[in-house]
Order: sequence, then C-alpha cells, then structure tokens
Amino acid sequence: MAKVPVQFTLNGSEKAEFVESGTTLLNALRDKIGDTSPKGGCHQGTCGACSVIIDGELRLSCLTLAETCGGANIKTTAGLAEGGVLHPLQRAFLDGFATQCGFCTPGMIMAAKVLLDRTPNPSREDVVEALSGNVCRCTGYEPIIQAVLSAARANSQNVA
Amino acid sequence: MSLALQTFSTVKDASAALQAAGARYLGGGTLVVRAANEGDVSLSSLVRVTDPSLSRIAVSGGKARLGASVTMAAVARHPELNALSPAARAVGGPAIRNMATVGGNLFAPAPYGDFTVALLALDAIVVTEDGEMPIETFLTGRNASRAVVTAVAFPLPAAESFRFRKVSRVKPKGVSVLSIAALLQRTSDGVVTSARIAFGCMADRPMRAKAAEKALLGCKLTSKEIAPALAAAGAGTSPITDPIASAWYRAEVLPVHLGRLLVG
Ligand SMILES: Cc1cc2nc3c(=O)[nH]c(=O)nc-3n(C[C@H](O)[C@H](O)[C@H](O)COP(=O)(O)OP(=O)(O)OC[C@H]3O[C@@H](n4cnc5c(N)ncnc54)[C@H](O)[C@@H]3O)c2cc1C
Ligand code: FES
Ligand code: FES
Repeated sequence: MAKVPVQFTLNGSEKAEFVESGTTLLNALRDKIGDTSPKGGCHQGTCGACSVIIDGELRLSCLTLAETCGGANIKTTAGLAEGGVLHPLQRAFLDGFATQCGFCTPGMIMAAKVLLDRTPNPSREDVVEALSGNVCRCTGYEPIIQAVLSAARANSQNVA
Repeated sequence: MSLALQTFSTVKDASAALQAAGARYLGGGTLVVRAANEGDVSLSSLVRVTDPSLSRIAVSGGKARLGASVTMAAVARHPELNALSPAARAVGGPAIRNMATVGGNLFAPAPYGDFTVALLALDAIVVTEDGEMPIETFLTGRNASRAVVTAVAFPLPAAESFRFRKVSRVKPKGVSVLSIAALLQRTSDGVVTSARIAFGCMADRPMRAKAAEKALLGCKLTSKEIAPALAAAGAGTSPITDPIASAWYRAEVLPVHLGRLLVG
C-alpha cells in the first residue's frame, strides 16, 4: 500500500509523517507521532475518547482520515499543560475527582475546552450538551460536569 | 485493511472515480469511515472533493440551498436557518455535528437520517452530478445511485408552519426511536389546508405519511379533530427493530408522538 505524506500542526509544532492511505488521524497520532492522549475506545464515533480539536472544532479522530488534515491546526490534551503547569480544566478534573480510570478524560477535556473557549461562563445545561458525545464508565458524570463548571469559575476569577 | 483515499478538486473527476468497484464517496466520514473501521470489505477506496462550493449555504428570496458538504453544526448555527436548527441539532453529539454532512445524511440508513426527515417534509430538491430530482424520488433510488450529490434546495418554511420532533431515550443525545417532521399550512382560523409529514425509523429510510396527511386536511389541530390522522399514521409503515426499540414499540408510540407534535 502506497504511503502518503501528511503534514499538520500538533499542539503548536509542525509534524510531517508518511502514513498508509486511509489511516485514521487517531492511529496516526498514537502510532506514528506518539501522542497517545487521544484514546481509541470504540472506533465507531460513539464514545468520544478520541476527541481532538481541529481548527477550533471538536472532532472524532477515529473517524477522520489523517490525509484530510493537511495544513490543519490540531490540539490534543497532551498539549494543554504549559511549562509543567496543568491547564485549569486538568486541575479541576484532578481536584474534583472527575477522573477515575482516566480513559475518557482526554476526550472530555477537549470537549470541555471548545465549550469554554466559546462560552466562558456556561450553564450546567451547556456543559451537559457539550459533553453529550462523550461516554464515561466510571464517574457517573456529575463530578465531570462540576469540574468543568469549576474550571469556568476559576478562569473568570483570573480574568476579573 | 487498506483503504485508498482519492482527493479531487472537481465533482466531475470524483464522479468518474466513483464508478470503480469498491469506491465510495467520503462526506464527513461518520458512517463510511466507521464502516471501514468495522472491517467492511466491500470498501476499497474513498473519494472526496475539495471544491469549496460544496460547503456553501445560500439563502435568498425565501429559498435555501445547502451544499452537500455543509455540516449539521453549520446549519444549526446559521441565523437564517432557524427552522432547520432543531433537526440539525438532533444529529449526534457536538463532534458528530461538526463532521456529519447534509449529503451523507441523505444516505444514512434508519435509525439515522433525522435531518433528511426534515428535508422530506420540506419537499427538498436533491441536486446531483446527473441532474435534479425531488427528494422522494432520490430516496427511493438511493441504493443504486452512483452520482455525487452536490446540494439540496428547498423553500424556507415560515416558522409556525414547520415542526420537527426527534424521540430518543437518552437526553440530550441519543439515537432515534423515531423522528417526525411536518409542514402544515393553515387558514387564519386554524384549518389545515395542506400537510406534508415525514417519518424517520418507520421504514429503512425516511418516508412520507400520506394517509395521515390526507386525514388532516380540513381539520383544526385539536385532539378530537386529529384523531383520524393519528389512526392512519401507521399506514404503509414497516418500522425497524434495533437495540433502541422494536418495530412493535415504534408502531405503538408513533401516534402518541405525532399527536404531541400536532397539538403540543
Ligand atoms: C455516534 C454517532 C451518532 C450518530 N447520530 C445520528 C443521529 O442522531 N441522527 C442522524 O441522522 N445520524 C446520526 N449519525 C449518522 C451520521 O453521522 C449522519 O447521518 C451524517 O449526516 C452522515 O453524514 P457523513 O457526511 O458523515 O456521511 P459519510 O459517512 O461521509 O457518508 C455516508 C454515505 O453517504 C455517501 N455520501 C456522502 N455524501 C455524499 C455525496 N455528497 N454524494 C454521494 N454520496 C454521498 C457515502 O458514500 C456513504 O455511503 C450518527 C453517527 C454516529 C457515528
Ligand atoms: S474511539 Fe472515536 S468515538 Fe470512540
Ligand atoms: S474515568 Fe473511567 S471512563 Fe471516565
């Protein structure tokens, strides 16, 4: 099978790789580039564990072909911490016991990040809606919802 | 598994490539890449088109035209497409809506195809590389269709004349038990003068509810007057059975939800 070049920006740095045609972005990120923060839960679009942000929009990397991401700006949870300091969402997930086994966490955090980027002071309903494509088998969701709300509050206090 | 992706800048070139055995068009990929991930061996290549006109939304003179690559998220946030927003928001969760296209929804088998149910009630025109046709004709022949769909076009409904409801067990996002769309014209005192109703999940693809439409003519939307339409709702349906609901259940609850849509 012919390999094809893919080139995109991942968490601010340029990546260029050769992948087999038809490779999903999830597999390219994990197996080629070594960013294992997006998880492969179902490869069917139903769990959200593979969620990444492509050009500002939440997408499922398991259903996105790597070749279609040429020139794109991709963000994953691995790129959130700055200088060893966790992002407010990561901090809130840890502090609020919103992560147990952690498998859903990177997808949840990506979904929460696009929400807070657009809606800095979301309602509980906004949070539920934003996370509605992400499945968690451990927490029962409530701690996750509370963590996102508390990260939003922390952000707005920092701004004020 | 190997899958080759072919990228074209024009629909014409993509259409030629789609004639090859095992070739399928790639829209947002939420169904077709999923099929590939599940090991669908009938797929050997995917064909996509980068022409930006396929992502264009045009609204003018009371008419809307949505390019086939327009996503559910783009419809949901478009200020002039408010009437369609509930149907676009009914599709999947946020990430799916950023990917799922109008063109792909036209091909989605039940329990999917919620947006197409709305388009069917609106009597949309489906524009393909081979010409235009009413959506009903398109849906009947879609299994054999090899042409690239480029757009759908429809008259924008007045807000009060168009209703959409998706019934699902999981809120806010869940697969359809069924979905219903209705375009109703009424006189100033509320008598129905024309009705176009479409159902999702009541067959393998979205279908018209012709018996119910006919029974509604001349009625006011009161529980009493719509009773014959509800009684006729199941005519011609053959609901699907899936993990969400059995055909029996879907048939039982259809009149209840149609009644709520009409009276509620
Ligand atoms: C987790 C999950 C939840 C979902 N929930 C819903 C839901 O609630 N409601 C719903 O309606 N759907 C749902 N879907 C199904 C699907 O996402 C939508 O129906 C979507 O609109 C399909 O569009 P797509 O662009 O992703 O299609 P693709 O997967 O790209 O294509 C689907 C089919 O259509 C063909 N096709 C696509 N575009 C064209 C074109 N322009 N011309 C010719 N052929 C074309 C493809 O070849 C393929 O056979 C869900 C899917 C997943 C994975
Ligand atoms: S792995 Fe992509 S949605 Fe589950
Ligand atoms: S923490 Fe285990 S799946 Fe969410």
